[in-house]
Amino acid sequence: MITLLPTKALLKIGLASFLPVAVAGVPLAFHDDGGQPVAAIETVTIAPVEFSYRIAGDFSRDRMPVNAPLVRQQLPVSLVIMKTQVSEAEFGRCVQDGACRSTGQSAPLRSNVPVAGVSWEDAAAYAQWLSGKTGEVWRLPTDEEWVFAAGTRAKDDAIETDTTDFSQRWLAKYEQESARERNGDVTPRAIGSFGTNEHGLLDLAGNVWEWTNTCFIRHNLDSQNRPVGEAATNCGVRVVEGAHRSYVSSFIRDARGGGCSTGTPPDNLGFRLVREDGSWLRRMVTRALRQLKLAV
Amino acid sequence: MFTRRNMLVCAAVSALLMTAPALAEDLSSLPRVKVDLVAPPFIHAHEQATKAPPSVIQFKMTVEEKELVIDNDGTKIHAMTFNGSVPGPMMVAHQGDYVELTLVNPGTNTLAHNIDFHSSTGALGGGALTLINPGEQVVLRWKATRAGVFVYHCAPGGPMIPWHVVSGMNGAIMVLPRDGLKDDTGKPLRYDTAFYIGEQDFYVPRDEKGKFKTYASAGDSYPDTLEVMRKLIPTHEVFNGRVDALTGKNALQAKVGEKVLIIHSQANRDTRPHLIGGHGDYVWETGKFSNRPEKDLETWFIRGGSAGAAFYTFRQPGIYAYVNHNLIEAVELGATAHFKVDGKWDDDLMKQVQPPSPIKPGDKLGALQGTQGRIQ
Repeated sequence: MITLLPTKALLKIGLASFLPVAVAGVPLAFHDDGGQPVAAIETVTIAPVEFSYRIAGDFSRDRMPVNAPLVRQQLPVSLVIMKTQVSEAEFGRCVQDGACRSTGQSAPLRSNVPVAGVSWEDAAAYAQWLSGKTGEVWRLPTDEEWVFAAGTRAKDDAIETDTTDFSQRWLAKYEQESARERNGDVTPRAIGSFGTNEHGLLDLAGNVWEWTNTCFIRHNLDSQNRPVGEAATNCGVRVVEGAHRSYVSSFIRDARGGGCSTGTPPDNLGFRLVREDGSWLRRMVTRALRQLKLAV
Repeated sequence: MFTRRNMLVCAAVSALLMTAPALAEDLSSLPRVKVDLVAPPFIHAHEQATKAPPSVIQFKMTVEEKELVIDNDGTKIHAMTFNGSVPGPMMVAHQGDYVELTLVNPGTNTLAHNIDFHSSTGALGGGALTLINPGEQVVLRWKATRAGVFVYHCAPGGPMIPWHVVSGMNGAIMVLPRDGLKDDTGKPLRYDTAFYIGEQDFYVPRDEKGKFKTYASAGDSYPDTLEVMRKLIPTHEVFNGRVDALTGKNALQAKVGEKVLIIHSQANRDTRPHLIGGHGDYVWETGKFSNRPEKDLETWFIRGGSAGAAFYTFRQPGIYAYVNHNLIEAVELGATAHFKVDGKWDDDLMKQVQPPSPIKPGDKLGALQGTQGRIQ
């Protein structure tokens, strides 16, 4: 296992990601709020195997932006992830319960179309609401989990270019993102329109991007591609996954517009959740172990 | 319901206002040049300075009424276009030339149309002599007496005028001095590439849920569209007829050292082009070449109903955003284009001296910290 982050930094990140889940993600009270019960949630369980992961974030070497390190890694436990993206109707029930903010979309909300126009905060609120509703622990996937689940649908965003001139890399990235097929209509389509991947997950890398829990980091590398010092971590910006990886401020519901930021923005922002199985104690232990394992 | 008959009546009335003009002098001895127009942002091949004698430059444009998608949500309007594009194609002639336009309104159209050239003299810019019903064509000739970039647009009378213009029916013509463009000291300026960017405001009605509405025909859309137009706030402000027409795969391309002329028109509404990361080396803000260009501009103002021209030599590679610097209109409403510029980066012009890194206490030249940064 390659250690990318020094222990001190990891401890911070570990604690930071541990605490909110302990407070927000865990249903501390299984109250029955009298609302409608949620419909059965279809999930896919993927057993852990080693996979390649290009770390998310901005990496540089000698002041030049470079590709992030590619690591081989394995998730500690099986991943239980929603087969489909959360639908308009599902999100609507959270709004109805007063736990989620409306997307502004008027009825009828469709159960066969993914919800779009949600921020990371909206997605996190939904996870908390769903956890309370079901007595299970639901949360957004980390970027690693998303990439693992997406399998062949995940895009490696490495760019082959002359790294002595940063503008070449910039132009290449622009080319890469604009080369993506766009049919000019970014309206979310019916669930299943973008097909199934090898794990049976629907609509990965379609025209609705998915929020992850992973925070944006910036890290310098030495000549051997080893991280130097601590990463600058900004959890106000989260990794968004889809046809290409993107970094979006957590309160943004629509990343379109382009403008000054000259990349290609995600067409729509939506999400799917993962379920943490096992007892509360086991889940917490697993979480703690995962952080420690990364640090050794 | 706004019928075709209504519109034709409206058109007929304004046509009657004009009597036939006096016969022009005999131009049969002048050379005649036939030009094939190309769709924006490109411009047909042309000489910048010319040794040719004044000529009759012949153009042909066909009015196309058609549905156009104007954003990435698939919002559709019943557009009215010169030659099928929004804006219409850029025409180029030289001062002293005669511009001879054949305007065709095919029988498949439903509305009457005409053309008003801001660069021409008399008869409402030619509008009074060119009003044609579906199934008709007309030929207009006018003398290009003034050098500059000028708007042309459809102006078929009364409330039809703004409606046709905000449905896309406008473009621009460039009348170059016979000896070409000159800088502020009178020295020749020659561009390698010229781009034409037409900015367009659209006013698309929404339904009670806030979604953009679609209509069976242009006439059906008219009453609701007029209501939105009268509030003066566009729903879309775009370059080249739609959001993202000039970004991504369709981004404009240039090289370091390349001299570009960017012609920008807006037939209806004020705008303020700005090249993010670059400048206007020489700018004819009001677009008329007998005036000296202004130098080193950051942003230039294009009055609604006019065109301007900016000359720039790219000095750094990378992506440039060319925007209407009302940034709300650029980012939220669509008025953004991108230039992809190839070449070698010049550290002398710009260099990242220190990459983003933790703030250092006591770094007096860098980020100022606490009391160290207090102004005495």
